[in-house]
Amino acid sequence: MRPESEAELAEAVAGAQGPLTVRGGGTRGVVSQGDMLETGGLSGITLYEPGALTMVAQAGTPLAEVETALEAEGQRMAFEPMDHRGLLGTTGEPTIGGVFAANVSGPRRVQAGAARDFLLGVRFVDGTGAVVKNGGRVMKNVTGYDLVKLMAGAHGTLGVLSEVSLKVLPQPEAAACIVINGLSDEQAVAAMARALGSPFDVTGAAHAPVGVDGHPVTMIRIEGFDGSVAYRAEKLRALFEGDVSIERDPARLRAGWAWVRDVEIMHGQPGDIWRLSCKPSDAPNLVAKAGAAQVLYDWGGGLVWLRLTEGTDLRARLGAFDGHATCLRGAFPRFHPEAAPVAALTRGIRAKFDPKGILNTGLMP
Amino acid sequence: MQMPQPNPVILAKKARIVERLLSVLPADAVVHELAETRAYECDALTAYRCPPLAAVLPSTTQEVSDVLRICFEEGVPVVPRGSGTSLAGGALPTGDSVILGVARMNAVLETDYDNRFIRVQSGRTNLSVTGAVEETDFFYAPDPSSQLACAIAGNIAMNSGGAHCLKYGVTTNNLLGVTMVLMDGTVVELGGAHLDAGGLDLLGVVCGSEGQLGVVTEATLRILRKPEGARPVLIGYDSNEVAGACVSDIIKAGVLPVAIEFMDAPCIRATDDFSGAGYPKCEALLIVEVEGSETEIAEQLAKITEIARRHNPVELREAQNADEAARIWLGRKSAFGAMGNINDYMCLDGTIPVTELPYVLKRIGEMSKEYGLEVANVFHAGDGNMHPLILFNANQDGQLELCEALGADILKLCVEVGGCLTGEHGVGIEKRDLMSHQYAPADLEAQMAVKDVFDPGWLLNPAKVFPLGASEGRRSAALAAE
Repeated sequence: MRPESEAELAEAVAGAQGPLTVRGGGTRGVVSQGDMLETGGLSGITLYEPGALTMVAQAGTPLAEVETALEAEGQRMAFEPMDHRGLLGTTGEPTIGGVFAANVSGPRRVQAGAARDFLLGVRFVDGTGAVVKNGGRVMKNVTGYDLVKLMAGAHGTLGVLSEVSLKVLPQPEAAACIVINGLSDEQAVAAMARALGSPFDVTGAAHAPVGVDGHPVTMIRIEGFDGSVAYRAEKLRALFEGDVSIERDPARLRAGWAWVRDVEIMHGQPGDIWRLSCKPSDAPNLVAKAGAAQVLYDWGGGLVWLRLTEGTDLRARLGAFDGHATCLRGAFPRFHPEAAPVAALTRGIRAKFDPKGILNTGLMP
Repeated sequence: MQMPQPNPVILAKKARIVERLLSVLPADAVVHELAETRAYECDALTAYRCPPLAAVLPSTTQEVSDVLRICFEEGVPVVPRGSGTSLAGGALPTGDSVILGVARMNAVLETDYDNRFIRVQSGRTNLSVTGAVEETDFFYAPDPSSQLACAIAGNIAMNSGGAHCLKYGVTTNNLLGVTMVLMDGTVVELGGAHLDAGGLDLLGVVCGSEGQLGVVTEATLRILRKPEGARPVLIGYDSNEVAGACVSDIIKAGVLPVAIEFMDAPCIRATDDFSGAGYPKCEALLIVEVEGSETEIAEQLAKITEIARRHNPVELREAQNADEAARIWLGRKSAFGAMGNINDYMCLDGTIPVTELPYVLKRIGEMSKEYGLEVANVFHAGDGNMHPLILFNANQDGQLELCEALGADILKLCVEVGGCLTGEHGVGIEKRDLMSHQYAPADLEAQMAVKDVFDPGWLLNPAKVFPLGASEGRRSAALAAE
């Protein structure tokens, strides 16, 4: 099914006889059962006010269309959503609704916030076919419960997004990357903590134990006005010893951070793909326990990408820790099991929003 | 503003309830004499008052859990209270309710600079969170005007903002995790030192739920390193429209100031008389603050002043030193006090798209004339969060009602232009009955469904947020089950 309007979408959900797989562009590796319900027919930017830093778009609008419109006004989505296609081997066109349904955030998460922090309002169709709106298109809004946050990352299990409004930000004039070579994982996480704990407004902190040239590389990004970037780059460089350089070439910076954002290091490789969200300083120890074939640290260590031999139960290897492990490619349940009282709340909310249990059934615990 | 009638069944068993509360708390943590419960009869929305059945002051998560389990078993409504600074009546009790105050829970539990978070008990005041990490040049970003007094618990309940949230976001963007007790006494942990939710973002919906889903006892908060410096610039214009256009241009130009504050003529006059800040006599005043090192500040201010000059300001004053910076902020920071000095006032909190600023200010001016009540505007212009202050005389019959009617019309205007009823103060009882102007029945139903899951008996702060008519079925079903 591919409804062309919110009313048709509501009709499709209300009339569903069995489970529905909710799908934006189908690029995020979400697998469920039942008839396919695609949002691609709900497409188009409905409002864009660059002076108010806000955009409203139908959920099925291709991400590329949103990015092109923003680019024309010198703006961007500051949360830097990743493209999952290369990593997961999926095809199709990512949609703006899918970005928020999966709460997809990139390296700039550490400074600017996550997708959920930029989602100002939603319209969605719940599991009974009722149309619901929450939030709006203003920056500050505490009017009633924040169902916007609840919908961000719900992966379509509470309702099918029909429209999103988002906050956008101006593109910075300049950027720079401090590149440190040869650090161990522990040293890298400590270095990234030092950078992120400095007054120099770091917008990215990543570490690859094996970089493109086969050696460990740690990357620290800053962005802003030209003079300010130059000043902070020198200040940051001075924080570190050893093989430290500053990269200022815009094309190389774009490519380098896309490499981190899209986890290019693991493209086309066999095995299972896991995503670990943890306390940054715990990361090296967790990685040691994981025994992964490949590792990439982002968010200063708060996000770790792992490629493991097919069928390795990462959660069993790690035991209990502050955070969670998501299985993006592999035969394990996608989401980390929750503590009993939290799981009860999650189930309760799903039962309220989708009483027939038809939306992306079985995806969440 | 109506509140539900107290339940006579609960009033009749007060002695037993108090006795049970005393069995789990020290004697000095249970307040039940009428003379003493009056201390909890209202919050900062002082027009409405009602002493609670009792007030309890637990010191630990376990005590909070014990209290809630007892109230759950007895069917007693519970009204959580941080420091009682809500402007929306969020902590207003009913006569049959127990106030659960977290004021004694103010410890710092953990400070972690490497991972940039602090874990505190929820009764700790906002400013003292920064106080705990200031020595190492870190701070907690959300800064509501009441930050000296307001508690983190209340900040989380209302998803509080502040003057600097244009750059740093509001509470929800700086909250990493909570320990929360549900109405039946169950303790849940949501989030932690990691950055995102593993499943549904329950933390996201708890933040801003006005104490209706659970009682937060501990919070993990993101802390940030202080910038090297900060400096404001003051810009005066001869019309609100031009000042509004300047705000829009600054934002569009890619400068992200930490704050853009806006004051209109009535507010400028009152605050200047009160504080002696030496503001220019003009129609609209902007205070724009930027952060960074000396060179970075200079670079940003050069861009801002260039934009400001394009709009022909009547005054452009760049602070040259700390003293001048303080003088620029002096009037703005004493604005509410200044207005209170000359009049009774009601402070509104609607948010509008920044592009609608000139139109909304013009309409407020017209409505002010129609109602015969003066309105002064002071607000966070960068994010469109307005604070119209309606001046009235509380001692004159009918003036409060007239003021509330004008307030409701202004908030409806905010919704009409694509904005919302409240940007940072919360709904409480104050805007409860206006909710149906912003939300359709299905929208409110979806929100109330969340409360059904967390608090099926509708015992936590039950008469807030939703229009009484909309929540009545749920509240009376809970009573009948009792």
